[in-house]
Amino acid sequence: MQKKVFQLLVDNNPGVLSRISGLFSRRGYNIESITAGVTADARYTRITIVASGDDVILDQIEKQVAKLVDVRDIHELMPTDSVYRELALVKVKASADQRQSILATANVFRGNIIDVSVDSLIVEITGNQSKIDAFLKLLEGYEILELARTGIAGLGRGTDKVIYLDD
Amino acid sequence: MIGAEAIVKCLEKEKTEVVFGYSGVAIDPFWNKILDTDIKRVLIRTEQNAAHCASGYARISGKVGVCAVTSGPGATNLITGIATAYADSIPLVAITGQVNSDMIGSDVFQEADITGAVESFVKYSYLVRDVNDIPRIFKEAFYLAGTGRRGPVLIDIPFDVQNAEFEGKFTYPDTISMRTYKPTVKGNIVQIKKVIKEVEKAKKPIICVGGGVHLSKATAEIRKFAELNKVPVVSTMMGIGVMPTEHPLYFGMVGNNGQSYANRAMNESDLLLMVGARVADRAVNRPDLITENKVMVHIDVDPAEIGKNVGPTIPLVGDIKHIFADFLEQDEHADDHDEWIEILNGYKEAAKKPSKAKKSKYVKPKEFITKLSEQMKDDAVYVADVGQNQMWSCAYHIVKNGRFITSGGMGTMGYSIPAAMGARIAGKNKQVIAVTGDGAFQMSMMELATMRQYGIKVKIVVMKNGFLGMVREHQHYAYNDNYSMVELQGDPDLSLIAAAYGMGYAKVDGSSDIDAEIAKFLKDDSSALMEVCVDPMELTTEK
Repeated sequence: MQKKVFQLLVDNNPGVLSRISGLFSRRGYNIESITAGVTADARYTRITIVASGDDVILDQIEKQVAKLVDVRDIHELMPTDSVYRELALVKVKASADQRQSILATANVFRGNIIDVSVDSLIVEITGNQSKIDAFLKLLEGYEILELARTGIAGLGRGTDKVIYLDD
Repeated sequence: MIGAEAIVKCLEKEKTEVVFGYSGVAIDPFWNKILDTDIKRVLIRTEQNAAHCASGYARISGKVGVCAVTSGPGATNLITGIATAYADSIPLVAITGQVNSDMIGSDVFQEADITGAVESFVKYSYLVRDVNDIPRIFKEAFYLAGTGRRGPVLIDIPFDVQNAEFEGKFTYPDTISMRTYKPTVKGNIVQIKKVIKEVEKAKKPIICVGGGVHLSKATAEIRKFAELNKVPVVSTMMGIGVMPTEHPLYFGMVGNNGQSYANRAMNESDLLLMVGARVADRAVNRPDLITENKVMVHIDVDPAEIGKNVGPTIPLVGDIKHIFADFLEQDEHADDHDEWIEILNGYKEAAKKPSKAKKSKYVKPKEFITKLSEQMKDDAVYVADVGQNQMWSCAYHIVKNGRFITSGGMGTMGYSIPAAMGARIAGKNKQVIAVTGDGAFQMSMMELATMRQYGIKVKIVVMKNGFLGMVREHQHYAYNDNYSMVELQGDPDLSLIAAAYGMGYAKVDGSSDIDAEIAKFLKDDSSALMEVCVDPMELTTEK
């Protein structure tokens, strides 16, 4: 089992996300995360998918997704020449005397405290998945009340693989 | 001009000759406006068959088949037909009526989310929101259905959009450019040269043809290439008819229902050209083993098929007709493989078993289908249904210069009669014969009324054994003859069914003069039904 990060550029048509996720479910492919958002050109949506499987499956994922009529481009974002970021919001149970130490941990990870209440606080943290995993591990001594992770968004470095959308 | 008129105009621009379908309020604006055209309408008796008719039509005409039904149950009934076409890559445009745009999503009467429901069986689908999009959407739909790997496309059009006033002048796009859809047509020339070299080098080459050859209309090119280089040919079920059955280079159908000598030929070859075939589970038992002792070239228009079931040595993506035209152009000297062909002829000869002509009250399927084939016209269309009749048809039907069609991928029972109707319309006055079983017949016998209504002349052969024979055969082996859900004791009297629909009728059993009965059956160009009494215990593997 390997993991690959795919970047897709798709026509911003109604139902495009369900066509893509539907393909994954009916062919039994594993999706670890999917994020989508409109690009600078409103006709297109950029999607980042983290998928897992063996070589044959990962190859099929790329080919079958490429076949979908709405998909303009799919390519792998290689870890060596791409950047990935994920955002996580972590609501931690925090009494007044716990607050400082959580704050200190969050600071080390460049996390922001975006909400504080009497007995909890919410930390916003951004980074690649291993950074977020490491942060969550450090919070194991506390009680995480709620956790929301966005899944990763990614881009290739440099201008080599940029698709210019003139037409 | 309203939306419905625009739709009809689009169909005229696409030179649509016939629309198979069913009515209903949500699609009535369309049926009303089609009255003003020369497009033929065929009212089938259940929606699934509209898609099967369009499929048979598409396969014989080489054009995109069109069907249209109403919203809700009309649309959902169509799904099996669409899925059947999808599995065999048949180009269809299916039009469905939909409830008013502002009611969508509120579960009103006869509302179904059909674009959502067919998503996994279509190449693409559209829900038309704006009447002015109709020309573009139809142009795209026909283009998508009929290019690349063919397949069905669905267009769902709400009632209010069909009735909405079209703004400005209707113009149908001449050309099309879709940013995201650009199928490969020409094969890579470096790969093409590589394949030619491999054919020259090979001692035991073989071509395995699939349904893609018919879809790409490449039969002539393949035959020419095979004859030029004396390369033997085997086929999948979908590829039957690419080579005439009795062609000296043809060595039968591969797969677990195919001929032993065809499988042997494929297994022992040192070069395999897999052409327009998926290397599907019924054709190749262990795809992972197939490349062990050979070079495999996989030629397909769909890049996703290459490497899906088997990793090829040389992949070649493109339209088969173009690729084989390039082969013929690049191929400088003809090869011969006489020794190899002699070996294969030996295998074929050894597999021949003298049929034991035991007197029985039943008809032997082999004898019947062989005799039927002999008397059929050279360019006749033979439509096999699904089940034992299909296996017998594959094994014993002799294709001369006609076509053999069947539901290969989905295995949809009841396909043969509606598909034969579509084929008959496409083939003008060609002889069309549907061969079915008593199970499959009862799934589509309502269409006998459609045949009568429109004078669609089809010969129907029912191989009657009182069982769902293919599954009975499975239960015979897997469950020691403990039969469950396979007996058809309620079978109707087929002579009365034929009479009810005003068709000719004949029955053959073990005591009949089969040749004479077939001659009578095929004599006139009229619809007729022939009941063939087959031993309920008959198997598809001749023992």
